[in-house]
Amino acid sequence: MIPALGLLVGLAVGLFLHPAVPLALQPYLPIAVIAALDAVFGGLRAVLDGIFNDKVFVVSFLSNVVVAAFIVFLGDQLGVGSQLSTGVVVVLGIRIFSNVASIRRHLFRA
Amino acid sequence: MSQSSSPGPRPDPSVKNPSAKERPAEAPSKDPSAENSPAGKTLLRMARPRATKANALAALLAILLGFAVATQVRQNQSLGLESLRQSELVNILDNTTLRSSRLDQEARDLQATRDQLVSGSTSGAAALKAAQERLDALRILAGTSRARGPGIRMTIGDPGDKVTAPLLLDAIQELRDAGAEAIQVNNIRIVASTHFNQGASGVEIDGKSVTGPYSITAIGDPATMSSAMEIPGGLSENARQLGATINIDQVKDLTVGALHMPIAPRYARPVPVPAPT
Repeated sequence: MIPALGLLVGLAVGLFLHPAVPLALQPYLPIAVIAALDAVFGGLRAVLDGIFNDKVFVVSFLSNVVVAAFIVFLGDQLGVGSQLSTGVVVVLGIRIFSNVASIRRHLFRA
Repeated sequence: MSQSSSPGPRPDPSVKNPSAKERPAEAPSKDPSAENSPAGKTLLRMARPRATKANALAALLAILLGFAVATQVRQNQSLGLESLRQSELVNILDNTTLRSSRLDQEARDLQATRDQLVSGSTSGAAALKAAQERLDALRILAGTSRARGPGIRMTIGDPGDKVTAPLLLDAIQELRDAGAEAIQVNNIRIVASTHFNQGASGVEIDGKSVTGPYSITAIGDPATMSSAMEIPGGLSENARQLGATINIDQVKDLTVGALHMPIAPRYARPVPVPAPT
């Protein structure tokens, strides 16, 4: 409950404050957001599976974000930033889909 | 590390297209009738606020996530070219360059067309001006237009009716020799076709009888013409020998007002001249 409220508060703050993304962070923010979403859906699925653990969620969230940003950074340094970004987005998207599918089975049995 | 990375008990289903054959795979793992209420209960239980450090941290992370999502969405909406990657930028640059060169070419073509049109109209205006000047010259020559300018006014008094047509003709020729451009005798304009005749009643010019005193108006260089009239053995001397009086005034601005009605030629036809290119 509290994290869900936190998500809404964060959205509202972001919408009202119009923050500018620092130039250095611009390539990494979208990937980090997607990685964090993956962690969130993974956590939701773990809740439904009955194996949720706060500590694991926090660690997975942070490590997902950091690793995704690092992969993009590495790709930019190697000159394949756009391709690696696409790859990361595809992988994270597949994981989000599979997590959502599992959540869906728990909630709707379908 | 991540919870979602730990594979669930079920085989990974085909995600975008969950077909009917997933269901038998999940059916043995859980009892369908008992599944819904435990899932809801679990959610409710986990959603209860707990004052643990990890939960607070999770809330903080969620705030960060929401903030990041909103920021990124806004950034993406507001960003123009700087959000594009190098290859896209190169593509856009290429397109712009191509378009720019096309527009350059078009501008050059239009400029050339414009230059052509402008020079055409100016040469047309020049031709019109030249034609107008030629017309003016011809009208003065033909005597169909009044002429105005510096010149001399010469009066030949003829008390004894001694002045003859040859004398007047001499006067006209002397004036022409001195550069007279338009000449009038009394009320008759002297043109190329003017003829002098010594008739029974005196001098006739173009068939009209003319009597003294003869007033000759000539436009040209006044000094040249008056000195031409006064040269020894010239007109003035001849006229005085005949007993006529002659009086010459140099005038800065006088008008030759008489007009000559041109007669359409009955026999002469112009020979066509090839138009100058």
